[in-house]
Amino acid sequence: MTEEIIIAGFGGQGVLSMGQILCYSGVMQGQEVTWMPSYGPEMRGGTANCTAIISDKEISSPVLTEYDTAIVLNQPSMDKFEDAVKPGGLLIYEENGMTRKPKRKDINIFSIAAYDESVKMNNTKVFNMIVIGGFLKVKPIIELENVIKGLQKVLPERYHHLIPLNEEAIHKGMDIIKKEHSLN
Amino acid sequence: MKELRLMKGNEALAEAAIRAGADAYFGYPITPQSEVIEYLMRENPADRTGMQVLQAESEVAAINMIYGAAGCGKRAITSSSSPGISLKMEGISYIAGAELPCVVVNVVRAGPGLGTIQPSQSDYFQAVKGGGHGDYKMIVLAPATVQESVDYVKLGFDLAFKYRNPVMILSDGIIGQMMEKVELFEQMPRSTEEYDWATVGKKPGKNSVFVTSLQLQSEEQEKVNLRLQAKYRVIEKNEVRYETYMCDDAEYLFVAFGSCARITRKSMEMAREKGHKVGLIRPQTLYPFPEEVIYEMGGRVKGILTVEMNAGQMVEDVKLAVNGQCPVKHFGRFGGMIPSPDEILNALEQKIIGG
Repeated sequence: MTEEIIIAGFGGQGVLSMGQILCYSGVMQGQEVTWMPSYGPEMRGGTANCTAIISDKEISSPVLTEYDTAIVLNQPSMDKFEDAVKPGGLLIYEENGMTRKPKRKDINIFSIAAYDESVKMNNTKVFNMIVIGGFLKVKPIIELENVIKGLQKVLPERYHHLIPLNEEAIHKGMDIIKKEHSLN
Repeated sequence: MKELRLMKGNEALAEAAIRAGADAYFGYPITPQSEVIEYLMRENPADRTGMQVLQAESEVAAINMIYGAAGCGKRAITSSSSPGISLKMEGISYIAGAELPCVVVNVVRAGPGLGTIQPSQSDYFQAVKGGGHGDYKMIVLAPATVQESVDYVKLGFDLAFKYRNPVMILSDGIIGQMMEKVELFEQMPRSTEEYDWATVGKKPGKNSVFVTSLQLQSEEQEKVNLRLQAKYRVIEKNEVRYETYMCDDAEYLFVAFGSCARITRKSMEMAREKGHKVGLIRPQTLYPFPEEVIYEMGGRVKGILTVEMNAGQMVEDVKLAVNGQCPVKHFGRFGGMIPSPDEILNALEQKIIGG
């Protein structure tokens, strides 16, 4: 199994940490991982993205032009990465703030209203965990228990009391993700 | 016990410096390597091992602090990115001339001038051909993974002290910024070894020790040069390191180092799927350069493509090594652009297989 993921959105949406959490979770289940951020001026506001690769084999290129999965959280990211999904691949987008629907017919497309859900949970900071939940529902490449173990590694100990809240957010994401277009 | 972590290349390298028993880090921040000094400041290794970390007032100051620490026989390391490394070059030449050990990390970004903060390999010439003035060589290690960024700090100190010579770790913006699984080696104690070349205060009955790169008599300077050259021949004999991938049945060959070798490996896999028998040599030491294996492969394959994030630098050393036995071409992207695996495969088909 090799899963090549691009995650893109506004700076501050937790794009980079989503990739890190997925990668740390991969490490927890003994897989090879590579995480590569955009570190240009876009980091200081504007769009940010990161590539996360999780594999059973040694990972060659950390930089890619085609992805198995694109998770896009704003319109500029959809515009940039919709075409970079491999045929038969997966596109997940956040509904909030999108002005146009994706056009591709040769990929699986899911939407998730993660921002609205995070408002309902009274904590917009768990937004990205809701998205991760949605992704793991569609592609269960990582066991939930390993995501929790990953969180324990990523988060400093003083935030460990927030892990149950993050777990709840993952479950919410799994519940609310919606199929928009499916190949089968 | 070995420890498994997910770390950024720059941070892993900084942690490796502490664990390798370094006595001091002196540096000045610059993107894309600022995480090295940030990590060290945050970690405050003075509490862990007594290692000193100091942000100097400039790159020039930092390398001269390294010169001073190295002159006292201390394990000192500095890091910067391309424009900052240019500033350090005078000091590196002095350190090479005075035959002192140190580790210098260059997390390369694209140039010339201030260029851009995006990754590049355009400092290959500077690293392997001198960079500063005078006939000198640095041992140049080229990591391709976060793991190698860690391992080469330890190896770098070992080689620097074995040969009393500056060692450069030639990383780049990709390797510095990406996170990978890394196995950290155990904390090593800081060395208490006393060296007869170190200036630590004259003891009764011992001769004075001088650290200098100045010899006003040409006869004396030539002796220094001859001694350096003899040392470089030993390094060339003993310290060549490289990896080969699928070279046994290869009809064509890629040569690439660092992050570019990772991308090129993907191209090699894609080429194999299309039925092209392609191999890859990845030099891990850029100086000394793996000439012998490239010469040997040059006699067996139909053509060689070097892939570099520059306008064609290592290709010159590959051509020298191949010595005309087969065509050698270069493919590169520069200015901070990263070649894609398909682009590289396309270049192989156009320039080598169809060429």
